[in-house]
Amino acid sequence: MTRSLGDLTGAELSAKLAAGETSAIEILAASQARIDAVDGDVRALLTPTPQLASERAEELDAYLSTGAPQSPVAGIPVALKDVLTTNGVRTTCGSKILETYVPPYDATAWTRLSGAGAVLVGKTNCDEFAMGSSNENSAFGPVHNPWDLERVPGGSSGGSAAAVAAGEAVWALGTDTGGSVRQPASLCGVVGLKPTYGRISRYGLIAFASSLDTIGTFTRSVRDAGAMLQVLAGHDPRDATSLDVPVPDYGAGIDEAIAGLRVGVVTEAFGEGVEPAVAASVRAAVERLAALGADVGEAALPHAAYALSAYYLIAPSECSSNLARYDGVRYGLRAAGEHADSIEMMFATRGQGFGPEVKRRIMLGTYALSAGYYEAYYGQAQKVRTLVIRDYEAAFERFDILVSPTSPTTAFRIGAKADDPMAMYLNDIFTIPANLAGVPAISVPCGLDDVGLPIGIQLTAPILDEATLLRAAHALESDLGLNLRPPLLAGV
Amino acid sequence: MGSYEAVIGLECHVELSTLTKMFCPCANAFDAEPNANTCAVCVGHPGTLPVPNREAIARIIKIGLALDSQIAPHSLFHRKNYFYPDMPKNFQISQYDLPICVGGHLDIELADGSTKRVGITRVHMEEDTGKTQHGSESGRIHGATHASIDFNRAGVPLVECVSEPDMRTAEEAGAYLRELRATLEALDVSDVKMEEGSLRCDGNVSVRPLGTDAFGTKVEIKNMNSIRSLERALTYEIARQTAAIAAGEQIVQETRHWDEDAGATKSMRSKEEAFDYRYFPEPDIPALEPEAAWVEEIRASLPELPRARRDRYMSALGLRPDVARVLVGDRGSIGLFEGAIAAGADPVPAANWVTQDAAGLRNAAGQDGALTPGHIADVVGLIAAGTVSNAGAKQALEASFASGEPVAEAVARLGLTQVSDTSALGALADEVIAEHPDVAAKFRDGKEGVIGFLVGQLMQKAAGAANPKLAQTLLRERLQG
Amino acid sequence: MPVEIDIEHVAKLARLQLSEEEREQLAAQLGQILEHAARVGEVAADDVPPTASPIPRANVFREDVIEPSLPVDEALRNSPERDGDRFGVPRIAETGA
Repeated sequence: MTRSLGDLTGAELSAKLAAGETSAIEILAASQARIDAVDGDVRALLTPTPQLASERAEELDAYLSTGAPQSPVAGIPVALKDVLTTNGVRTTCGSKILETYVPPYDATAWTRLSGAGAVLVGKTNCDEFAMGSSNENSAFGPVHNPWDLERVPGGSSGGSAAAVAAGEAVWALGTDTGGSVRQPASLCGVVGLKPTYGRISRYGLIAFASSLDTIGTFTRSVRDAGAMLQVLAGHDPRDATSLDVPVPDYGAGIDEAIAGLRVGVVTEAFGEGVEPAVAASVRAAVERLAALGADVGEAALPHAAYALSAYYLIAPSECSSNLARYDGVRYGLRAAGEHADSIEMMFATRGQGFGPEVKRRIMLGTYALSAGYYEAYYGQAQKVRTLVIRDYEAAFERFDILVSPTSPTTAFRIGAKADDPMAMYLNDIFTIPANLAGVPAISVPCGLDDVGLPIGIQLTAPILDEATLLRAAHALESDLGLNLRPPLLAGV
Repeated sequence: MGSYEAVIGLECHVELSTLTKMFCPCANAFDAEPNANTCAVCVGHPGTLPVPNREAIARIIKIGLALDSQIAPHSLFHRKNYFYPDMPKNFQISQYDLPICVGGHLDIELADGSTKRVGITRVHMEEDTGKTQHGSESGRIHGATHASIDFNRAGVPLVECVSEPDMRTAEEAGAYLRELRATLEALDVSDVKMEEGSLRCDGNVSVRPLGTDAFGTKVEIKNMNSIRSLERALTYEIARQTAAIAAGEQIVQETRHWDEDAGATKSMRSKEEAFDYRYFPEPDIPALEPEAAWVEEIRASLPELPRARRDRYMSALGLRPDVARVLVGDRGSIGLFEGAIAAGADPVPAANWVTQDAAGLRNAAGQDGALTPGHIADVVGLIAAGTVSNAGAKQALEASFASGEPVAEAVARLGLTQVSDTSALGALADEVIAEHPDVAAKFRDGKEGVIGFLVGQLMQKAAGAANPKLAQTLLRERLQG
Repeated sequence: MPVEIDIEHVAKLARLQLSEEEREQLAAQLGQILEHAARVGEVAADDVPPTASPIPRANVFREDVIEPSLPVDEALRNSPERDGDRFGVPRIAETGA
């Protein structure tokens, strides 16, 4: 059976484009057809940009027809999580407080993709200010998982994950502060890569927790993740925390065998709270790695148990400061009506503009940083962060790659955990340690549970070793040969 | 009330005169149209990030070295969290427990010629806020119930210099601020204009019984917009606290506002909200760890600092301490003086002209006029040559200040040239002796003091335009000859 | 044990207007979350240095070179209240901050 344009990976589309078998306009049309067919149900896009997209595709076709060199990104329909700024295109962060905000500049990540010829199809829905694990915290309504519209796509980059799973975009960008790329990738059956902290510039990533925020990619193949990273990675003079180290060729070694690769299975990640189907699927995948010649052993991250606690002090603390700027003075919402003074205006604007989860985290962070509590909370959490980093350093002396489930569960029903913040936070228990340590990690689909929902396996590598991470993930993906396609697309 | 003493510490904020702002490449300029020097970064748009200005860091290191501070091998920016409409991010990027410059001192010179060492606690880097205008720009919206904001100043590099509580009088505080300003001027790091806000100063004052070590309750004084207002405010506040303590009252720890017109400090309405800045390390900016080589390069570039300059002026050029102090306290004066002596002027009269007449003209005009070091050198030279009298030179200098006209031309144009023509003056001398034979006789009898009277008579005849030295010589020749 | 929090005070610091219902809910939820978060205190870490950034860097600077600012209209485009070429806000109480 020939697969339709809408089911091809970026690499496949790029090859067809280079061979003159298709055009940017045709590729865009396939993506647009998917949006038209499913987005009314999935609700992945907050702001579709069809006009911009078709203009861009036409330009590209004209440009490529001159025989000019073609980047692997050229003509690929891309969706951006709505926490990444786009000059002249509304950027909301899934929040009422930025409902009408139009940034005066592009995020560096988008500048790079756009410069390489990517076609923007729209801005994707997400949990408000990227705070959440289910996409239910968007002020503009939840995103529905293409595998089961009654279920969440995960979060916070749920719209980006769902858009790629449903073929509305071939690639998407998300952001990952505690798992917000990997967890929705796992729940939607796509590949989600969170590179090393600082590998991709954060300029234009609307901050949630600055020391944790990382831009990540959604693709339907590991190879595509490498292709995207190739364009996105590198130092940006506008982000002082972006790493100024050479960017390797991520495609070069991706097909190499993994015989002898030392793989450590994180023992703590198969305990209480992990659904049996998830544990079984991940263990089966580990066995495939062993069958491919990997040297599999047991790894320990003894302080991972405290990572969630540390995360829920560090991230809200930074968030409380990062979100202070939304005050009704320079941009965004200002609460309607007469205000006695500016102070009152700010109280009202912030009270009306932020949703419950954002308020919760602002309050939590404000408290954790306040006089008398700093040392016990923020200060102690930073020390735990050091211990988590040391755990990884020790583990990576013995192993090249660590594996665990990405999420303890598959996609849950919309509303199931909405009233229990702690239960929701536990979704990120396996993804958070990598953010604290800044190490790169990827979620790759490894199977379906008994009701047909995708399961993801998380692979983690040492700082800046995305090349090994991609090689291992690609080997596993090729071996499993899942070719996942949500049932929603059966008739499409 | 002489049994009390004041304890004063000063916190000074200095805007650096870098080309661009602290964390973004917008121009750092004082007088631009509202919001013309703003970008996504300095208006705090979502997603933007700060990148520190290398030149600003070099300048604060320079300041630290000039103050003999330790340049910290590891220093961090912190976020100081509080809400204010003219602060774009509602946090200020500042420094907390790891400032760039730690410790140090500034030696100040007092009016009686004594010196005093004032300790520096720390010097740290931060960013300025925007400027609020109370009331509407257009005047149409809401009147006094409204305010408007210009973010041009937001993000301008700001250095905070905190002194130890080492000063005991308002005069010492004034001398400290003068010395700091002169030092910053010499370093060429800031415009240091208090009237434009590029140098701002707050004071912490307490009063205690003389001979005790414990500090009294501290009061913070704000809104002192000149060195004179600093001295007035502190004098007032010290008297207020002293009187209160003497009367057995408790001093309230508070912030007081100096009211220039009323000549008094006034209690400011205390904030309803609690102050809790929730400092934490700025996650967007890597640590500052200046390499030793960079620090040494900056140290090597340090200019002569005011104290060294004063010492040199006194020991090598023979200036009086008070003249040297006044001269070194003003960048414009130093420029005129150095230029004048480079042009060959005698330093002592040059210094007097620069610190008295030239300074008077510049202060009165509020600007430097058309005055050049050449004018000073010319004045000194023309007086030495006897071409013009002191009074005449003063007049000529005024003209040069206004128009830039060379002093010699002004002297000629205004008819200020002294008669130094021996034959013309000789005739007048003959006349004077003839008209006052009794006085002449006294001189010849040995009462040489009467020569002054005769010189005066001659000057009168010459309508002031005579060289008094020459006149005396001619009279003596005739009387003794 | 859930942690007791002065919600009123924290909301003031955070400039958040909260309804009575929100305050009650937050008191309960934050207490529960902090109880979990406080587990960081169980880790003996007296001699462990804090980590503020996962990949510490130092001395990242920008050169002092001017780049164009935004056009004034662009700078003010998102402003909720434009007042000439300034950002309009309600009265600011003189607090001397």
